[in-house]
Amino acid sequence: MNAERYVVIGVGNGYRGDDGVGLAVAARLRTRVPAGVDVIPCEQEPSRLIDAWQGAATALIVDAVESGAEPGTVHRFDASTTPIPAQALRSSTHAFGVGEAIELARALGKLPGRVVVYGVEGGEFGAFQGLTAPVEAAVERTANAVLDDLDRLSREEPPCTNEH
Amino acid sequence: MTERRTIQTDYLARVEGEGAMTVRLEDGRVEHVELRIFEPPRFFEALLRGRSFLEAPDITARICGICPVAYQTAAVNALESLCGVEVPEPIHLLRRLLYCGEWIESHALHIYMLHAPDFLGYAGAVELAQDAPKIVERGLALKRTGNEVMTLIGGREIHPINVRVGGFYRAPSRRELRALVEPLERAREAALETVRWTAGFEFPEREVECELVALSHPDDYAIERGRIHSDAGLDISPAEYDEHFEEEHVEHSTALHSRLRERGTYLCGPLARFSLNHDKLSPLALEAANEVGLKAPCRDPFRSIVVRSVELLYACDEALRLIDVYEPPDVPSVPVEPVAGTGYGVSEAPRGLIYHRYRLDAEGTILDAKIVPPTSQNQGAIEDDLRSVVGRYAHLGDDELRGLCEQTIRNYDPCISCATHFLSLTVERS
Repeated sequence: MNAERYVVIGVGNGYRGDDGVGLAVAARLRTRVPAGVDVIPCEQEPSRLIDAWQGAATALIVDAVESGAEPGTVHRFDASTTPIPAQALRSSTHAFGVGEAIELARALGKLPGRVVVYGVEGGEFGAFQGLTAPVEAAVERTANAVLDDLDRLSREEPPCTNEH
Repeated sequence: MTERRTIQTDYLARVEGEGAMTVRLEDGRVEHVELRIFEPPRFFEALLRGRSFLEAPDITARICGICPVAYQTAAVNALESLCGVEVPEPIHLLRRLLYCGEWIESHALHIYMLHAPDFLGYAGAVELAQDAPKIVERGLALKRTGNEVMTLIGGREIHPINVRVGGFYRAPSRRELRALVEPLERAREAALETVRWTAGFEFPEREVECELVALSHPDDYAIERGRIHSDAGLDISPAEYDEHFEEEHVEHSTALHSRLRERGTYLCGPLARFSLNHDKLSPLALEAANEVGLKAPCRDPFRSIVVRSVELLYACDEALRLIDVYEPPDVPSVPVEPVAGTGYGVSEAPRGLIYHRYRLDAEGTILDAKIVPPTSQNQGAIEDDLRSVVGRYAHLGDDELRGLCEQTIRNYDPCISCATHFLSLTVERS
């Protein structure tokens, strides 16, 4: 376990409209994150997240959500010690949602000490490429929120991990 | 007074109005069963039109985050057969090895994360992990090994981009492949334990009656090539698919149902493969099946978890054999010149037969594409099974009945990119 290691993971499907927002944010961040931060796009089912954040002290995850809020709204959940509200992320287009991957890792002692999930409210999840306008507009805001968190967290004490 | 019950499950809440499952009962009699699945291939068929035939493996790999290799293999099979190219044996074996990786990952995911909790009385893998972390870790390790095989040969983790019409962009060295031996040997042990574990579950007595359809090949347990066989004597080449199978609109649904012409519903996937091809399994996999009393034909959808476990073991064993005999091809791919006409390709995705058809012009532009994924082929069989389960267990309360319906659907491992897990639930009574 490397207390210095940070990962930013964008989850989504680029062929399902606004579901691709996590990937878009990851692409935006790739060249802007400080050295030592890995940016990982995850287009597969999210149980692979457990491998993606293995050994990291901090994982920041971006995914699309549908909770009934205005499209483009950015929710932020700290999942370090408590589950994220299942309602928000449960309609992931993946078999095994981000929420389940986090809880599975928690149960197995494979969760980084700090886990933050940014849920970008999507508007349309049909079969098309590209984001709708309000969600496209949220990409930069979400990327900036992730960068702010990276900056703030890097100045805090490294967290204890629940890794066994 | 008539008592009406509606049992409904939405598993794709994001897509407006797409309930996954609706069952309506009237006076305890099943009146209506409907399974709705999102069908991404329609969108990809449109996306493929006007593109170069060389782009097909990469585009179709994106249809599914779980079985990209199944889609791209059917695509290259269709295009190479149209263009009169047969890839050299080493390239062919490398494709089979890549495909074994996909079977390992997909089967491990379904067995451990999605299906086993049904049999053990857990709401899901998270709850199972709290009580039995070692078992869930075994599943994750198996999945990871499949992923490693796919990453090494497929060329990158996200989508296997190393596959091309005519072969691969780059073929690994013997030494690179040898790095997979140790994890695969561990995976093979874990898979054997998986067979014994799942065979110990309790299974309700249940058999489906429809025709079983799978690829068959004289030399091996068919995965990446073969002719289309059935237990009722069907034996056709991929080019004859459209003569024997049709997709029809069903009254209650916007989705197309695949049927065997004049014969009706059929089932593809692990049960069909094992029933038709069990004698082609490796000695180790066959021995494990015998040890746990799994006999062909197997028509019990609940026992598909045991069949998947045997196939998981086979995929690990076969991957090790393929690495052992691997000789790098002289060139990673052979040239393929486009030919105007129509090409047909099939392969065995982890969840069943997949069919692709492409029409090209002389420059290799795709004029038309058709993709039939396994889940659409199995939709009729799943609905028939649901109808029978609901009829038999109509006396149960809504929650119990819904749970049984969900498990019935999960028995078929419906395609994951389109059919997600079961989410919000609504019960309506009038």
